[in-house]
Amino acid sequence: MLNYVWITLMLVAIVVGAINGKLPEVTNAAFEMAQVSVNIAFGLIGIMALWLGILKIAENSGLNKILARAIKPVSRRLFPDIPPDHPAISAILLNLSANWLGLSNAATPFGLKAMEELQQLNDKKEVASNSMVTFLALNTAAITLIPATILGVRISLKSTNPAEIIGTTIFAGICATTIAVTAAKILEKLPIFKKDLLPEGDVASTNTDAGE
Amino acid sequence: MATVFGEIVKTISDYAIPVIILVIICYGVFKKISLYEAFVDGAKGGFEVAIKIIPFLVAILVAIGMFRASGAMAYLISAISPLTDLVGLPAEALPVALMRPLSGSGSLGLVTEIMKTHGPDSFIGRLVSTMYGSTETTFYVLAVYFGSVGIKKTRHAVPAGLLADAAGLIGALLICKLVF
Repeated sequence: MLNYVWITLMLVAIVVGAINGKLPEVTNAAFEMAQVSVNIAFGLIGIMALWLGILKIAENSGLNKILARAIKPVSRRLFPDIPPDHPAISAILLNLSANWLGLSNAATPFGLKAMEELQQLNDKKEVASNSMVTFLALNTAAITLIPATILGVRISLKSTNPAEIIGTTIFAGICATTIAVTAAKILEKLPIFKKDLLPEGDVASTNTDAGE
Repeated sequence: MATVFGEIVKTISDYAIPVIILVIICYGVFKKISLYEAFVDGAKGGFEVAIKIIPFLVAILVAIGMFRASGAMAYLISAISPLTDLVGLPAEALPVALMRPLSGSGSLGLVTEIMKTHGPDSFIGRLVSTMYGSTETTFYVLAVYFGSVGIKKTRHAVPAGLLADAAGLIGALLICKLVF
């Protein structure tokens, strides 16, 4: 699916860019964003190392198993493929909590740790598992108790009540999260999204149009 | 009311990280494990993870950057606006809705621009603030998270993520019409 989104974005950009006479801008954007990507990745190294170090302490002491057991009633339903006291559960919990509090510097390292743990449970290493998609849907729809960025903008523009959007943001976040879980759970059962999970032999005949 | 709530939540977020670290260290001390060694052992992975996401980030961010620079967004907006007019979404808010899953900085720029023009306390100012706060840069998250473990076939992640974004945007519109 991401494959088709990518092709569409690239082709539309070049064709429409040519029609609009904006091809130089399109080229510049390509080079600039390639550089931005590397800057983002390099900027992650230190913060990743910090949190992976802290998380390793929690893992060695067994704290993450205690965390995972605490949310077993919820995690069992959301992520039936993950054993209840698996380290993936505590990493997911930490990631979602960090998102709710608007702690973006901690959320990404926790989330990437969760993906690493989920990947160990995954049979086909290049194909997303059901748990991974459910986790990412929850993540991208995350309820934010403190939308820090937008509060900053509203304060700088001299809003008389910058925080009045917190309540509405939480409501919209709950809508998004509800649909995220529902969509992930329903879509995972559809044949077009299931076939990439099948053993290699069965996939061979359908592999050429995978994802659509 | 909202301000008091905002203060409480801000206090929580100021304390959250130090408290998380404190709890993890105390429990480690209690269990008598070697903390320093465990930290260094875990931290080793930081470089590798960050480097692994580069190709995925380049692929997604370059495509989105080119798309934005081409001016194709304007065509997409005029194609979709008859539909969003029906549900009562203000015309200025539609670009924010379409940009949000693609680009965090791009959509924040639009939101800031709208609030400068109409004022942060106008209906549309509050609406786009809510829209921005309740959704995520879906494609960026997918690229980084899947990229970090080398997942290439994302299955239903894109439709599930976009449906969630759409639900967040519709929820934002409904609640803002109700409250403001």
